[in-house]
Amino acid sequence: MMEWLIQHVLEKYNFWIAMLIIIIGLTATIVKENLLKKLIGLSIFQTAMFLWFVSLGDVGRNILTTWGLKTGTPPILWEQAAEKGYIYVNPLPNVLMLTGIVVSAATTAVALAIVIRIYQKYGTIEEDEIIEKEKEFERVGG
Amino acid sequence: MYPVEHFPVLIVGLALFCGFTMLLAGYTSRRLPFFMSLAMNSVFLIMSLFILDHVLTVGPIRYWLGGWRPPWGIEYVVDAMNAYLLIIVISIVILGLIYSRGNVRHEIEERKHVTFYTLVQLMAAGMYGITVTGDLFNMFIWLEIASLTAYALIAVAGGRALRPAYNYVIMGSIGAVLYIFGVGWIYSVTGTLNFADMRLLLPLVYDSRAVQMGFAMIVVGVMIKAYIFPLHLWQPDVYTYAPSTISSMMASVHVKVMFYMLLRMFYSVFTLDFIRHYIGLDLLICWVAAIAILAGSIWAIKQRNLKRMLAYSSVSQMGYILLGLGLSPLSPWGLVGVAAHILNHAIGKGCLFMCAGAISQQEGLRDIRDFEGLGKKMPHVCAAFTIAALSMIGIPLTAGFASKLFLIVASLDAAQYPFVAVLLLSGLLNLVYFWRVIDQMYFVKHKGTENAAEVRETGKSLPLSMVAPILILASLCIIMGIIWLTNIPMPLINHILSNLRMGVTL
Repeated sequence: MMEWLIQHVLEKYNFWIAMLIIIIGLTATIVKENLLKKLIGLSIFQTAMFLWFVSLGDVGRNILTTWGLKTGTPPILWEQAAEKGYIYVNPLPNVLMLTGIVVSAATTAVALAIVIRIYQKYGTIEEDEIIEKEKEFERVGG
Repeated sequence: MYPVEHFPVLIVGLALFCGFTMLLAGYTSRRLPFFMSLAMNSVFLIMSLFILDHVLTVGPIRYWLGGWRPPWGIEYVVDAMNAYLLIIVISIVILGLIYSRGNVRHEIEERKHVTFYTLVQLMAAGMYGITVTGDLFNMFIWLEIASLTAYALIAVAGGRALRPAYNYVIMGSIGAVLYIFGVGWIYSVTGTLNFADMRLLLPLVYDSRAVQMGFAMIVVGVMIKAYIFPLHLWQPDVYTYAPSTISSMMASVHVKVMFYMLLRMFYSVFTLDFIRHYIGLDLLICWVAAIAILAGSIWAIKQRNLKRMLAYSSVSQMGYILLGLGLSPLSPWGLVGVAAHILNHAIGKGCLFMCAGAISQQEGLRDIRDFEGLGKKMPHVCAAFTIAALSMIGIPLTAGFASKLFLIVASLDAAQYPFVAVLLLSGLLNLVYFWRVIDQMYFVKHKGTENAAEVRETGKSLPLSMVAPILILASLCIIMGIIWLTNIPMPLINHILSNLRMGVTL
């Protein structure tokens, strides 16, 4: 049992934390009626994914054996690194997620712009009230 | 000798550059962006024809961006499938632009025209990017460019389009994040993002749960974008309320490009061995597709709004393409069906959505029940609508017949007989909902409201720039229907099959 816990939970804690945040974000996106809260949920979802992706690049870190020790160093070219036996953190996931963050910011911007337009038209950002107003518009032909 | 190897990156780069220049040019003249976009895309069409010729005669193009070798740098790969899709995408974008000339004036405020054309050009750039790229993360970026501009282009219609646009933002973003999540799983195992490199490294780790998980996430993420049946919920509202130009562009090429990502995942990143033996997905996909075909058609029958009916019809037609993909491990004809239907659905559905836009522009009609006697008022549009509808149903000598024939041959070849029944039944259902419209247009007489209809008839007639693309697409439905039955596309199909490493030719 303890071995299973160490192997699957403690050594892979980054996966568990990221999955937890992803579930929180996705639940908010699906469950919330308020359009802004939906968007916040989506942002949490995206950010959790970035967190997980960046944590993939980290190397040599084991929560049990190297707690508090420096392992994977920042990926900066340094002559003595090889002779001292240091290993680098993989920079590629960080770079990819930098692009991902830009995309996520753009998505949020577009979604916020649409929310503003929705508020101007319907006077509310609660989804059920919007649907009610749409039916009303249909009845009066607006 | 032309430097054809550079054309894929030139198309993508110039499309982006043109998009941003158009925004600046819009300050001098509001008409300039349209002409710039049209001119650039026409150049791209010529370039893409050169690319197809190069691919068919010399072989696939592999372009290393910045000269970096593939596992480290980004690679653009164009084989027969890409080149074929690229030509379809660019042609439909050009026809959509020409159509938008008359349509946009009617549907969108004047001050938004410059940004509208800029966004269309950027969406086109995103679609070209997805088509030519050979790198998983680069594909994500292009996917987001194509999607973000699409969100904005739907919302630009205002009014009822806003809530569907917001839903699409949420659903589309979840799809994109799932895609990049799956890419992360695979990357964590292989340490590469290049298609060809991955195809070499992945077979060693097909047993790994991480790879299977990554594959599942990518497939679900892309399926949301390509509205495969249970994940289509954002789509009908979007297509109903978006500007007609955007509906027709999205239904005909945007979704095809999304589907193309799925095709690449199946053939260029993973192998058929993985699909069949490690996760056993091929028949499951066929059944999902069969349900999509029938459910989409049945929902389409229930609709009264023409554009909404066409939207549900698209759900059903995407099912056909998915069925071809599902059958392709069992029979090469499945892939032929995919290739044929990507083109046939693009021209057919593009034409139908353009007709719907034209009808609502000239007569102000959206409800199918009001279409009485439309055949006399708008003879060209209604004739084009009828031809494209017949192509969707699959009447012989139209384009839709050829793709259905290929799919039926594929099901017979794979000995999966239930799908033959599904295809035939779906043809009947298509007949039901399209015949309703044609019947209203040509055969139903006015009932008492004749005077009211006469009064409304004073509406201006459509400009040539709107009728011409509709007629071109409608005539393509017939021309392609004949070409598919001859030997002319055979070299292309054989190249597609061999480039996707099916190991067989027809």
